[in-house]
Amino acid sequence: MRTFSYHRVSDVDVALAALRQPETQAIAGGTELVNWLKEGIEAPARLVDITGLPLAGVESTPDGLRIGALARMSDVAAHPVVRDRYPVLAQSLLRAASAQLRNMATIGGNLLQRTRCPYFRADTALPCNKRVPGSGCAARHGDTSAQAIFGWSEHCVATHPSDLAVALAALDATIVVRGEAGERRIPATEFHRLPGDEPERHTELRAGELITAVEVPAESGAEHSHYLKVRERVSYEFAVVSAAAVVQLSGTTITGARLALGGVAHRPWRLGGAEQAVVGLSVSDRPALLAAVAADFGDARPLPGNEYKITLAQRAAVRALQAA
Amino acid sequence: MSNHVAVTVRVNGVDREIEVDPRATLTETLRDRLGLTGTKKGCDRGECGACTVLVNGRRVLSCMTLAVTAHGAEVTTVEGLSSGGELHPVQRAFLENDAFQCGFCTPGQVMSAVACIAEGHATSDDEIREWMSGNICRCAAYPQIVASVAKAAAELGGAAR
Ligand SMILES: Cc1cc2nc3c(=O)[nH]c(=O)nc-3n(C[C@H](O)[C@H](O)[C@H](O)COP(=O)(O)OP(=O)(O)OC[C@H]3O[C@@H](n4cnc5c(N)ncnc54)[C@H](O)[C@@H]3O)c2cc1C
Ligand code: SF4
Ligand code: FES
Ligand code: FES
Repeated sequence: MRTFSYHRVSDVDVALAALRQPETQAIAGGTELVNWLKEGIEAPARLVDITGLPLAGVESTPDGLRIGALARMSDVAAHPVVRDRYPVLAQSLLRAASAQLRNMATIGGNLLQRTRCPYFRADTALPCNKRVPGSGCAARHGDTSAQAIFGWSEHCVATHPSDLAVALAALDATIVVRGEAGERRIPATEFHRLPGDEPERHTELRAGELITAVEVPAESGAEHSHYLKVRERVSYEFAVVSAAAVVQLSGTTITGARLALGGVAHRPWRLGGAEQAVVGLSVSDRPALLAAVAADFGDARPLPGNEYKITLAQRAAVRALQAA
Repeated sequence: MSNHVAVTVRVNGVDREIEVDPRATLTETLRDRLGLTGTKKGCDRGECGACTVLVNGRRVLSCMTLAVTAHGAEVTTVEGLSSGGELHPVQRAFLENDAFQCGFCTPGQVMSAVACIAEGHATSDDEIREWMSGNICRCAAYPQIVASVAKAAAELGGAAR
């Protein structure tokens, strides 16, 4: 590991100034960054510890929920308002990682975690355009079982592993970021980037910017919501596929729905067509829900080896709707 | 080395002042600098829980914690659990239930269990399984581990540490 200097900051403007220096990385919970340092994925000259910034609060206002970027996953999941009024959010957090990791990991860091593509994380250098732009993509014609079915390119077929991001997409949340030029607000559905021909750009966050908060609008109507996570063991594992559903009901009839899938693309995948098609259906009419969801898979392009994700994702979406 | 950083941490109730390499993890610092080898390094990448310690009362992974970031914190390791030669109820429950074979995961399991009980997440076997899932046991002593956590939780009233 390359050595680095270490700096603590307690003021956002001081932090932003420090982050403008070359070869500088912020560290929050460290649960991603420390691995990157060990694996050589990142080798900064300076680390700026941002955990002292006053951005760890969770506030509930008439407009909705404002979650500070430095709030820990465990604290957000245990917040009474999150637990009672935003089940999909609490579930996405509690079904991620482990109790120890959730005590460390922050909301901002969670969104900025990188793909779990095994080639990206490999100990030995393999072709990977996210690691070394232009080096190729070992996964494209390698093991594709965990890779994307939507929105991939020849340059990268990876998925994004954040559970939280999928819940935030279904809640129409906003990621608030701050840089030299002031504040920007990015819809949670657009924060992560599809690879295109620049897979090395993982998110819309620009160099030198900080995530300061995540905002969930009150009108997201999250009382009826659910996060369904399908994994290879019942706990402490990343999703193979996941689904976040937020539903409005009149009796048993769906009057509105928002649906996002995880594990299928490098960003949470909203099913806009299915959201409209399920309106008017009964939540207990599984065949009709499945047909509505399946009709929104026209853009799916499975890779050899991950065709199973189509069936799995459609069924996960229906189950999430029914559990919401 | 020039960029070593002075760090003050309270470890098992004793203030320690050390100069650490900013790259050093808390696991390495506890074991190699402070001689507290109870904390184990398993995967060293956040996956197994063998390195679990309490920082300011919360269970965390010391292999994913840079020691510099623990400045000003209170750290409890497995060595800090017993008092006056008397084992902590969780340690006793692990012994009485044979909750280990090789014992490598045990310090991490014990620290995680202490926190799990204090958090109030040990009220049923299913809940214990879920909230202890961050601690992997290569010897698969899981049934005995769950039984030990349940027993200690009952003794501790599920709340107090
Ligand atoms: C074994 C294991 C299992 C896991 N399982 C899951 C899972 O099932 N589901 C899931 O969603 N996640 C999972 N994770 C990922 C975990 O949630 C993330 O590692 C964590 O959320 C990252 O947050 P952090 O605060 O530790 O980030 P750090 O490691 O501190 O930072 C990560 C990156 O984000 C940057 N950063 C952090 N905060 C900010 C900010 N406010 N503004 C700008 N930049 C910032 C840092 O500079 C760094 O580049 C798992 C991790 C591990 C190790
Ligand atoms: S899928 Fe993306 S992350 Fe994985 S090897 Fe290809 S370029 Fe790298
Ligand atoms: S050694 Fe820390 S989690 Fe495995
Ligand atoms: S007792 Fe051997 S790893 Fe758990």
